[in-house]
Amino acid sequence: MTNVDIKKIEEISHAMRRKIIDVSFSCGASAHIGGGLSMVDLLATLYGSILNFKVTDPRWVKRDRFILSKGHGILGLISALRVTGVISEEVFNTFQSNESHLIAHPIMNLDLGIESSNGSLGHGLSLGIGLAIAAKKLSKSHHIFVLLGDGECNEGSIWESVMAASQFKLDNLTVIIDKNGYQNEAKKSKNIISRGSNKSNWESFGWETYNIDGHDIKEIYDAYTIKRFDFKPKAIIAKTVKGKGISFMENNNDWHHNRLTQVKYDLAIKELNCKDS
Amino acid sequence: MLEINKVNAKTWSRMGSRATYGQAILALAEVDKEFLVLSADLGSSSGLSRFETAFPERFLNVGIAEQNMIGIASGLAKEGFTVFASSFAPFISMRASEQIRMNLGYMDLNVKAVAIGSGVSMAFLGNSHYGIEDASIMRSIPNLTVVSPADCAEIIKVIHAAAKFDGPMYIRLTGAVNNPPVYFEDYEFEIGKAIKLKQGSDVSIIACGTMVYESLEASKILELNGISTSVINMHTLKPLDTKTIDECLDSTKLIVTVEEQTIIGGLGSAVAEYKSAFKNVPPQYIIGLPDIFGVTAEYRFLLEKYRLVGDKIAIDIQKFLQKKSK
Repeated sequence: MTNVDIKKIEEISHAMRRKIIDVSFSCGASAHIGGGLSMVDLLATLYGSILNFKVTDPRWVKRDRFILSKGHGILGLISALRVTGVISEEVFNTFQSNESHLIAHPIMNLDLGIESSNGSLGHGLSLGIGLAIAAKKLSKSHHIFVLLGDGECNEGSIWESVMAASQFKLDNLTVIIDKNGYQNEAKKSKNIISRGSNKSNWESFGWETYNIDGHDIKEIYDAYTIKRFDFKPKAIIAKTVKGKGISFMENNNDWHHNRLTQVKYDLAIKELNCKDS
Repeated sequence: MLEINKVNAKTWSRMGSRATYGQAILALAEVDKEFLVLSADLGSSSGLSRFETAFPERFLNVGIAEQNMIGIASGLAKEGFTVFASSFAPFISMRASEQIRMNLGYMDLNVKAVAIGSGVSMAFLGNSHYGIEDASIMRSIPNLTVVSPADCAEIIKVIHAAAKFDGPMYIRLTGAVNNPPVYFEDYEFEIGKAIKLKQGSDVSIIACGTMVYESLEASKILELNGISTSVINMHTLKPLDTKTIDECLDSTKLIVTVEEQTIIGGLGSAVAEYKSAFKNVPPQYIIGLPDIFGVTAEYRFLLEKYRLVGDKIAIDIQKFLQKKSK
């Protein structure tokens, strides 16, 4: 990955953060901003350089499948879909308005690039396994990516699927864990039950596992592209910062689900503008 | 399709509901090359051993993980496969309840969730294994079609219909081995369309699952006592065949629903929900399992105890009629 490529991804990340802040403010209600921002670089890299999809044909049968299992990370997903052009500005701006397709959690809508309905945690990996088995049965070469939260790994159903994916040798499946160290209640990251996102645990279940800095584009890219073992699913455990990119939100769990006031919005935009110049 | 005739009806009856499910799947697989079958460590208990041997590439055991089974089934369905996934009734309907809600309900994915051993047919395995509440829970999930076949022949009919049916289903299998047959010859079966087995003018018994046979037995006793009885096989609990219920409301003076299921939320509730909107319609008597975790015993003993057998159903209906006329 050249410096030019990295620059391109960073621009996508930056545009996504801007979109997240804008739409969180304009929707006029609380939104999951912190956990949306933590996954931005992971999705910018995925949508900017890895994922095989067609902006003009989101239903394209050969597309790679992306499942947002941590459904409350919707702002991360729809900002990626907006910046890459899958979702129009008009649709994007309906976020959290009455009867919109875009709400706090994904609603399956292939035309908008949203592969599955989520929101209840611990469902996406099982679905991803089904997609991966189907791809193998149909001799299709597309890849399946599932994004989990580290808090989500508290769910027992995740571990049913972790066991099954390696047993079924699903090397067409990649899990990304957005390890931002927080969840709904935890005011401090040390308060969460955190073993679910330990590398050794995923390895012990037979996964090809990498620990990376979830905000280092090069590391993210390398983790997506490296393949050391045949017949193993891959887990990328990405250490991230909740609220990444807006200093007053970073590692501040008040922004797990919160509303942007005009003052806070102006502050956030000012900070993003500084990075523009 | 497997031919429904006297010999086969008796054979399937002896095999019981679960083995007949496996038989139906095996026979269907020979003509329908598309569908897949999932199990959560209960393949042989679902009568699927022969299918697994004959079509290993179409069978997947996901281990003791019902939640994961429904998720995987849904991913496969999303890519175009029709998927049958089975487990014991409480495990598939309650352990994996929210997976069914998110995937089969919310996303409307084409998975057939098959509950084996529902009702109290699991006998000495106890309440942990009984399907008491499953129909109530599954019926309340939007997009789900809920079907409960009357006997083994109808299991075959339902499995064939389900494979052609585009949409999620919950298929509730009641009855054990020596499951009494209702059907001895082929008949028209359509999901969502109740079957009138008998026309009477006093009482309409609307039943599903094993209780169709018991209701027919009850109707014979009622007839002997001068009570003319209709018997309806309401194999589809949702969507409910309201046209057939209308006919019952118009032609008889009492509606009785009979189900091997808690009286809260199942067939009786479904019929009551519908008829509650009308003035001057016959009253309804809901017969089913009481709202308790009861004792554990042999299957037939439990059906006797809970008065879910023909003669007791007939007695209770007569008592209800006497009370009503006072």
